[in-house]
Amino acid sequence: MTATGKYLRIAFAIVVIAALIIVPMNFNRYGLYILSQWAVMTIAAMGLNLTLGYAGQVSLAQGAFVGIGAYAAAIMTTQGGMPLIAALGVAIVLCFAIGWILGYPALRVQHHYLAFVTLAFSTLAFLVFRNEDWLTKGIYGISNIPRPNVLGFATNRPLPFYYFCLGSLGIVSLAMWWLIRSPWGRAFVALRENPVRALSLGIDTRRYTLMAFAMGSALGGVAGTLYAPLTQYIDPVPFNLSLSLDLLMMVIVGGSGFFFGPFLGAAIAVLLPEWLRFTQGYYLMIYAVAVIMLLIYSPTGILGILDRYLTERRTKAASALRAVAKSRLETAP
Amino acid sequence: MSNLLDLLVAGLATGAIYAIVAVGFTLLWQTSQTINFAQGEFVMLPAFLMLAVMHAGAPFWLAIIAGILLSMLLLGLGFKLLLVDPMLRHGVLPLAIATMALAIGIKEAVKQFFSAEASPFPSIVPAGDVSVFGRLVSLQSLGVLALAIAAVIGLTLLLNRTSIGHQMQATAQNPTVARIIGVPVERMILLTFLINAFLVALASLLITPIYLAKFSSGEVLGQAAFIAAIVGGFNQVRGAIAGGLLIGVVDNLSAAYVSTQYRAAVPLVLLIVIILFRPQGLLGRPEERTV
Repeated sequence: MTATGKYLRIAFAIVVIAALIIVPMNFNRYGLYILSQWAVMTIAAMGLNLTLGYAGQVSLAQGAFVGIGAYAAAIMTTQGGMPLIAALGVAIVLCFAIGWILGYPALRVQHHYLAFVTLAFSTLAFLVFRNEDWLTKGIYGISNIPRPNVLGFATNRPLPFYYFCLGSLGIVSLAMWWLIRSPWGRAFVALRENPVRALSLGIDTRRYTLMAFAMGSALGGVAGTLYAPLTQYIDPVPFNLSLSLDLLMMVIVGGSGFFFGPFLGAAIAVLLPEWLRFTQGYYLMIYAVAVIMLLIYSPTGILGILDRYLTERRTKAASALRAVAKSRLETAP
Repeated sequence: MSNLLDLLVAGLATGAIYAIVAVGFTLLWQTSQTINFAQGEFVMLPAFLMLAVMHAGAPFWLAIIAGILLSMLLLGLGFKLLLVDPMLRHGVLPLAIATMALAIGIKEAVKQFFSAEASPFPSIVPAGDVSVFGRLVSLQSLGVLALAIAAVIGLTLLLNRTSIGHQMQATAQNPTVARIIGVPVERMILLTFLINAFLVALASLLITPIYLAKFSSGEVLGQAAFIAAIVGGFNQVRGAIAGGLLIGVVDNLSAAYVSTQYRAAVPLVLLIVIILFRPQGLLGRPEERTV
């Protein structure tokens, strides 16, 4: 990567962040709601990207973890009267622990077993949300979930709350950026690319896979604690299996294993339905077919296509340079 | 106690249907490493195909035949050529994820083109009760059980007693060697997909009169089939059969004796326990870890 390329990238990142801050200022309530939802779903998808993209494990329970986080936030802030930050801590610890316990038996056997165990867990979690009335108020749901005060600022109005979500997304992104460049992140990639080799290099593959899954689940919990004050009302329905499938599609469409994959995937899954209103009910059908076609063409999603294109150009440029150098050598006296 | 016989018969009847679906699921896994997350939707769709043919004015028997043939064309040949063949080179997980997208696609298509409401579906077994050992048992349960058992026996005979069945097993166990000794591996794989499509169409025909035709019913069916396949043994046809029957009975008994709210949880807990203590399934053989 050349120096100009690096500056270009930084400039691009600053423009995008500035646009995310400035452009929504005159958005209406609904537009801000959708954008906040994008930020929340991106956090959940980033967690799943850690599990799927970096550690190579399919989890079908990310929606359930979002649900656990949302219920933790809703119950603690309404009935307990506690601040959201306390709920955040509980959600992270709870989701991490459940992820660890779930992954343990599944990863002991075969890689695709985690998909089945998490599928079962997703349904179990939904049953608990629906049936344990004393805790979750069952199908009636929990309403009047308060929005938090952040550093003395009330986030009751849509715009401040959007900034709260965006800020949280920023913090999570920085943490993730650091994580995947740490030795842990490199170990995650190693065990996706070649588990046997990773094992022979002294990486405890099972522990690292478990760690990736548990951390990914904890991020699902983080997204949940933002989701509850965003909608201010939760019931079990949004946290069924289809949320887990949606999140999985987001990661796949954006590009699993790419840092910005979840941002793009969540943008497509959350914003595109708003623009494609004219397709009415056919939207999800078209989306499913498009995902299948994308997967056939590029299993690493849209960013995978971009990556392939850039690599190709770079190798072409490199071989052109080599040809020039060679011809110079030959023509030299 | 008087209730127990009814529950057992009803459980075995639904269990036999789960078994059929689970057998198809394991066949696909064995011959082409396809974990079909759309298997439940595959069971849901043929009933709607049959209903569509009936709406066009055809009698029920003709609709059944047309539904089975359409299902073999779409869910057998079409599924293999359009989704599995191009995806297989990307590996097991991308293919599994593609089938999840397919599940969403099928569900939404049925919701849009047919109806979001549950539609009644005629039964091929007449309603009524018969007397067995002095007790009345639902004729529908017995009929479903008989048909499902016939299908399972037919399939077992096909796999174990015929030359085609042996070739299919050879393909499943070791495609390279099978190809060397002259088995037309490609044709055998296609045959497995067609058999799976036939099995899901049959299961659809048997289960839809009980649960009604609804676009979302695939989720429950698919989950029951996965659980049956894993509990019984992912790599064994007889394991899938045993798993299906077990899940059917457990499901019905837990509805009566545990609680209706948590009836769906019992098979899931069973799944987790099996994965913990006997990951190869009750009748499965342990799979060597692939490198």
